[in-house]
Amino acid sequence: MGQKLLMKGNEVIAEAAIRAGCRHYFGYPITPQTEIAHYMAKAMPKVGGVFLQAESEVSAINMVYGAASTGKRVMTSSSSPGISLKMEGISYAAGAQLPAVIVNIMRGGPGLGGIQPSQSDYFQATKGGGHGDYHMVVLAPSSVQELYELTVEAFNIADRYRILTMILGDGVLGQMMEVVNFRDEEKIETYDKSWATCGHNNEREHNIITSIHIDPVILEQWNNDLQKKYRLIYEKEQRYELYNCENADIILVAYGSVARICKGVIKEAKEQGINIGLVRPITLWPFPVDAFEKVIDIPSAFLTVEMSAGQMVEDVRLTVNGKKPVYFTGRMGGMIPTVNDIMSKIYEIKNELKI
Amino acid sequence: MLHEIIIAGFGGQGILSAGRLLAYAGMLDDKEVSFLPSYGPEMRGGTANCMVVISDSAIASPVLNSCSALIVMNNPSLEKFESWLKPGGILITDSSLVRNKIKRTDIKTFELPATQYALDADNKAYSNIFLLGKLIKETGCVKVESFEKALYNILPEKKHYMIPEEMAVLKAGMDY
Repeated sequence: MGQKLLMKGNEVIAEAAIRAGCRHYFGYPITPQTEIAHYMAKAMPKVGGVFLQAESEVSAINMVYGAASTGKRVMTSSSSPGISLKMEGISYAAGAQLPAVIVNIMRGGPGLGGIQPSQSDYFQATKGGGHGDYHMVVLAPSSVQELYELTVEAFNIADRYRILTMILGDGVLGQMMEVVNFRDEEKIETYDKSWATCGHNNEREHNIITSIHIDPVILEQWNNDLQKKYRLIYEKEQRYELYNCENADIILVAYGSVARICKGVIKEAKEQGINIGLVRPITLWPFPVDAFEKVIDIPSAFLTVEMSAGQMVEDVRLTVNGKKPVYFTGRMGGMIPTVNDIMSKIYEIKNELKI
Repeated sequence: MLHEIIIAGFGGQGILSAGRLLAYAGMLDDKEVSFLPSYGPEMRGGTANCMVVISDSAIASPVLNSCSALIVMNNPSLEKFESWLKPGGILITDSSLVRNKIKRTDIKTFELPATQYALDADNKAYSNIFLLGKLIKETGCVKVESFEKALYNILPEKKHYMIPEEMAVLKAGMDY
């Protein structure tokens, strides 16, 4: 019997992190994710953990670098402009192969933008917002329950591969309340951390955590090792949900809170006699190409829906690779696509393709 | 059964608390529930609203573009959300504060002087509960017992002494 509670998405992320064994949180407040810091400030002292409000996002991500270097489970969170500030530190931590969890509860951009929900940081999260050939594992929950489960999993993935894992949510997910079922006990995976720098008492060679390799021969080898790890993750960690795809005329592709709206579209379309499916990527990196292999022959077209000008749609086009037409519809700046918006686009496609 | 409810008014009227209580009561009824508060510039400018979905089956989206029931506690909220109500939907207004004319004729309207009632009861904080009483009566979205349990679960213990009075206000709203 787990524990069933009505909780806000942001608070659930913080609770999940603590349940996953995270005892170090460094952050700086920014709407719409500040409740994560609020919750951590109250909860961390009770479990003997560290909550620290840094003087800036840049400082917070470098504290994450330090704590992760000791092999401890560590998290930071922010929203879009704050994540941009963290990008240098993210590239360094990726280069140093440090495991940590970074939460981005996206808001409308570019620049300071607004505070309403958005998905316009997809490129930044999945293609490397920082410099260098690196990737983070990017998880995209679409319910409060999934915020819980994927946050716990994010720590396991981070430790499994010595990699940064990002939870990519948006203002709707962070602010909404839903029922969450907490397990009595978390599945915390433990991995060898003999690489950590936490004192050696002269009993072994000292460990070095660094991202600097001046000799290009060594740096290329380091990069080869990174790429090998990314290929392994690409093979093993793709996650997705297929919803109502059998016999679908058009398959929607959406993640996070937009995927929820798309499920409303599917219901509405059914009432109007149209069969619509949904591919919901749960990992945005690695992008779930396996999902598309399974459904590619079914629909007449794919329609990607995002709260952006069209970012994930590029990965959808790469994956579908010309086999079917790929359309896009979206809203920007903190506006949320409505069921009607998406239905109109579906009718437009049906007319164009005469289906 | 699917209830898509919007509650809207000024900050401080208990808009978000009302929504949260409903969602909590819905959870106790073993329904699927979601609660989405406004957190944007409108909240900072003084108006607040929240969207509550209570359903027998999994909830597609917590973001509403229309609703089956609407509580409005000020004029700007009536203006903004009146057109969102589905035909046959239920509109409940705090008639002490909402003086603008209701234009829709294809809905069921209930005008309750909630703020006046609360002032007479010497507790302004009860106006939201008064209106929730009407909502629960007209929609049956949650059980009254579950609402009472939600109060006990959400309010801090030192405020539990208020709950019998709040339940009396809820019932007064139901019977108004």
